[in-house]
Amino acid sequence: MFKFSKLVSALAVAGVALIGAQSAQAQVIKIDGSSTVYPITEAVAEEFQKAKKNAIKVTVGISGTGGGFKKFCRDETDFSNASRPITKAEMDLCKAAGVEYIEMPVAFDALTVVINPKNAFLKQATVAEMKVLWEPAAQGKITKWNQVNPAWPDAPVKLFGAGADSGTFEYFTEAMVGKAKSSRGDYTASEDDNVLVQGVSRDVNAIGYFGYAYYAENTSKLKALAIVNPKTGKAVEPSAANVENGTYAPLSRPIFVYVKAKSLQKPEVKEFVEFYMKNAAALTKEVKYVPLPASAYVGNLEHVKKNKLGTVFGGHNEIGITIEELMKREAKM
Amino acid sequence: MQANILTTEQIRALIAKGKLKDAVFKAVGIFCLAIALLVIVLLVSDMVMKGSERFTVDFFMNFASRRATQAGILSAWVGSLLVMLVTALAAVPLGVAAGVYLEEYAKRNWITELIEINITNLAAVPSIVYGLLALGIFVYQFGFGQSILSAGLTLALLILPIIIVSTREAIRAIPAMIREGSMAVGATRWQTCRYHIIPYAMPGILTGVIIGLARAIGETAPIITIGALTFIAFLPPVPYTTGTDGVTAGMFDWVMSPFTVMPIQIFNWTSRPDPAFEVNAAAAGFVLMAMVLSMNAVAIYLRYKMRKNIKW
Repeated sequence: MFKFSKLVSALAVAGVALIGAQSAQAQVIKIDGSSTVYPITEAVAEEFQKAKKNAIKVTVGISGTGGGFKKFCRDETDFSNASRPITKAEMDLCKAAGVEYIEMPVAFDALTVVINPKNAFLKQATVAEMKVLWEPAAQGKITKWNQVNPAWPDAPVKLFGAGADSGTFEYFTEAMVGKAKSSRGDYTASEDDNVLVQGVSRDVNAIGYFGYAYYAENTSKLKALAIVNPKTGKAVEPSAANVENGTYAPLSRPIFVYVKAKSLQKPEVKEFVEFYMKNAAALTKEVKYVPLPASAYVGNLEHVKKNKLGTVFGGHNEIGITIEELMKREAKM
Repeated sequence: MQANILTTEQIRALIAKGKLKDAVFKAVGIFCLAIALLVIVLLVSDMVMKGSERFTVDFFMNFASRRATQAGILSAWVGSLLVMLVTALAAVPLGVAAGVYLEEYAKRNWITELIEINITNLAAVPSIVYGLLALGIFVYQFGFGQSILSAGLTLALLILPIIIVSTREAIRAIPAMIREGSMAVGATRWQTCRYHIIPYAMPGILTGVIIGLARAIGETAPIITIGALTFIAFLPPVPYTTGTDGVTAGMFDWVMSPFTVMPIQIFNWTSRPDPAFEVNAAAAGFVLMAMVLSMNAVAIYLRYKMRKNIKW
């Protein structure tokens, strides 16, 4: 037995010693970032590796939009998945490290307000009503449905929503309450959307919000609430068609992939971008997100070709921006 | 005086009272044990029932996929095993040597006391703290990156206190006369350790090692911190073979490979929109549990076998 342990220690020493002498490593395309964009990028990576017969390796991690940009701006990854545009602070980080990037919207995510299927009184809601329900001033005060709208019953409101660290929370509060991250705190918050799905499906008086994919996979347990578009005054239900034609506003948002300009000089990264843009529409649909119009993917490739560096947002998010507007804008580092 | 002499009836009543208490405690004990057992039985049977349809060869041989029915745990179980290998290779020599030194060589003074208290405290440090430490030291300072090596060394740090403590316990259980007998015939301290102390302590050390590894294999937080991946559809390179990418791997290339581990795969599956992935998560949960249980079984077997060989 003692010989065994001697062998073990010898191996350990050898292992640590030999690590210094690294031989050539295979090229790996590294992607990290948002969990919202993850299903799309994962699907693309899966298909890409299949198409290339595993000659090119792709890895995808989940560390959140913010965590992803941290690694991206430290020059550790080739792509960063992001459920919101890059912020000013992150732009500065990237600039300091000399990391240049191209911003590519890849799909729409429709934030979906869901209610219990047995709920009979809620047909639609306006942004103003949602504000009354979710703003910080509502905390502890708005506890019954009829306090929001007198036409609704005298029943308790059960609220379910995204945790404060998520991009979903940030976007929802900005779109509904008017200020990012400003929300009442007395609701069931979870980073795991499946917890919210379970919560809403078990309580008639519940209301909650999360990404469209979680609703689309659970349509038997949930009902999507139509939200009145402030511009047209019409109540619109979240659906692929309504997101595509832009009527489901203001809760639909583009989600992004950022690619490092330096990485694009590698042929395999360029190939991956082309593969992504060509297959994004089909794969996006498969993972229950809403694809962008075909012109947007062509536009992205165009931007890659012209090396259009930077972001079109200037470091802060915008509500209700259309994809056409997005593609036309001038990007800045 | 009269009051102190009990009649037979009174004595019987006393005994009956004592026996009743005995029976009550036995019932409470069995009840508590039943709760513990029930929880584990429910947990395992729930996972088996939910995950049963995924127990196929494909599940073990497929990579992660966006389609639940095609998704497997190949990269996850290979990753978990390789990380455990690095963990064991790093933690066992360090932990055993430290334990032997503290028991056999170190002088009993306040410095040793301080070290002992610190080692015991280290065992209680939350694992995420080890992750943060490792991110700074292994991933960036030493430049190991998000690799199997970084993960293995991180978990090695995590279980080091467990191994040191169990080594010391095992050594303390060896009668002093063994040590004295060895010294009496002129053996040096090292010879005493080499031929007596370590072999006799081995069963206890091994138990500690395996319990440590069983804890490490289920760890998620420090591994996420140092950057394990969620989607990885290739395995670390096998030494001296040429991969699909046309690169021939060296002996130790696999330790620098990116990886994922079982707990991360399970976590990812539970948080996906498509409910079909819950089946995968349950099946993978069962596999992870089976891995831990079989590690414990190996520990028990080795302990039994080695104890048999020890003759004092």
